[in-house]
Amino acid sequence: MLNVATAEGGTPKVKRQSEFVVVARRLSQNSSAVVGFVVAALLVLMAIFAPLIAPYPYAKQDLAHTREAPSAQHIFGTDELGRDVFSRIVWGSRFSLSIGFLAVLIATAIGMLFGAMAGYFGRVVDDIIMRLMDLLQSIPGILLVITVSVVLGPGLFNTLLALSIGGIPMSCRLTRAAVLGVRHEEYLEAAVSINASTPRIILRHVIPNSFAPVLVSSTMMIGNVIMMAAMLSFIGLGVQPPAPEWGSMIAAGRSLIRTCPWMVTFPGIFIMLTVLALNMFGDGLRDALDPKLKK
Amino acid sequence: MIPVIVGVTILVFTILYFMPGDPVRLMLGAEPTPAQVAAKRQELGLNDSYLVRLGRYVEGIVLHFDFGKSWIYNTPVTSELLQRFPRTLTIAAICMFLQICVGTPLGIIAAVNRNGLGDRLSMFIAMFGISMPNFWLALMLILFFSVKLHWLPPYGLGGLKYYILPCVANAFPGIATQARQTRSSMLEVIRSDYITTARAKGMSESRILLRHALPNALLPVITIIGNGIGMMLGGTVVIEMIFAIPGIGWYLVGGIGNRDVNVVQGCVIFLAIAFTLIMLLVDLAYAFIDPRVKAQFAGQKRRKQRA
Repeated sequence: MLNVATAEGGTPKVKRQSEFVVVARRLSQNSSAVVGFVVAALLVLMAIFAPLIAPYPYAKQDLAHTREAPSAQHIFGTDELGRDVFSRIVWGSRFSLSIGFLAVLIATAIGMLFGAMAGYFGRVVDDIIMRLMDLLQSIPGILLVITVSVVLGPGLFNTLLALSIGGIPMSCRLTRAAVLGVRHEEYLEAAVSINASTPRIILRHVIPNSFAPVLVSSTMMIGNVIMMAAMLSFIGLGVQPPAPEWGSMIAAGRSLIRTCPWMVTFPGIFIMLTVLALNMFGDGLRDALDPKLKK
Repeated sequence: MIPVIVGVTILVFTILYFMPGDPVRLMLGAEPTPAQVAAKRQELGLNDSYLVRLGRYVEGIVLHFDFGKSWIYNTPVTSELLQRFPRTLTIAAICMFLQICVGTPLGIIAAVNRNGLGDRLSMFIAMFGISMPNFWLALMLILFFSVKLHWLPPYGLGGLKYYILPCVANAFPGIATQARQTRSSMLEVIRSDYITTARAKGMSESRILLRHALPNALLPVITIIGNGIGMMLGGTVVIEMIFAIPGIGWYLVGGIGNRDVNVVQGCVIFLAIAFTLIMLLVDLAYAFIDPRVKAQFAGQKRRKQRA
């Protein structure tokens, strides 16, 4: 990214700026990306400082005040055991956010590795990996995640694993496509000529140069994974009650929807808010990384 | 086609092969004698090796279209699937229809009025659409249209009325995705040289849009439709559960609850086969619509003939 430094009084010096700075500047000019980033950051802070923010312990039952509508004491009301819905939502952000980020991290890491191998080696390796991905993708994503989750059983770690398997094919494909684009660049030839080892070439040269499209899709994937995680616990897989997971809170409130709609409404709003913020940021990131789309 | 079906079957079978727990104990209820357990295991063929069981299962599906029997109810899975499939297909088809017929025009309008009010509004709604979990949207729709307004039935099966809420809830993310993709693909096309040429030769704007921009913009969107079908079919799982529609999705959720491996396996493989078939149709449509792909095939044929 070449940038003529006009600030330095029009000196002919052409300054090479780090791509990060350029992208960050473009991002900061995109208002919806900024809003998304701020909301997502606030939610992360909420998850980190959950014990300080939540007015009540998330598991504290108050059987004298069950199913109370939102009021000054309980701003989002209480559930069927008298637990404060707001406190449970605050604590629940820990599950949703950590599942979202970690599952995508795992999926992206594995997918990129396979994708880079497929793109770099080509031929048989490419065929094997891509046919495997075809196979994984011929099962609709949600169903694959459900199947793996059924086998692994409930729990945070197992859910994480199931969700990351669902995300591998996409990052693999994107990385492969990007790698094919840089496959014949001269710097790879140079790396080969100075006798760099193949793992080193892939990890240090190929992957960093084909990272951008994967980064965008991964950001967008976090939101999707959070929704899928909520859906898993909604149908009884994934993180189990009494853990305050947003999806399982909605599931618990479902049968009471006629009398206490707040038990369903508020966790869902928070899922939506989280996903919305991440998607807005992801959209902005895509525009910032690929400026020719935005003109 | 057949390799994909076999591959999916092997994959799903292998994943579910590692399912913990003993199905026989589940089936026989409390305190079965060891002899009973052994006999049942023998009867179900659970004592055979992985490869033998896999072979039998694949053979059943590919040659006889037989998904085995439910372990809990001892009913054939295939007949259940076939009986339930029309309902799932109805929902998925209506959703696809909504996605294409509502999403595409929205995307076009947004792209044409770039940065105008309509663009901002529809993209704002679309952003919510892709960020809302469909099961929560379904519950909110029930809350509003059934509990508050009493307009539509909250669940069950009946006339077309019963399909409105499930389909809207399931289609909304798809509509949003379609609108977003159509818009960005339209914007890309509108900037290309042949549109400038068309303008330069004095074509009317609507003719440019319909004759030049739209066909080119829709090509990449067709691939999205394929993905959308996957989303719709997968989405029916939780939608059918909420609206108590006895389709394949609900069957699957029931199978998960009962740890009924044959049912889960059957549902997933069946839906995957349906998905693959539809994807194949989409690919064929793509080849049929896109003259470049068509030319490629024709070229290959000609080359072969010459050789």
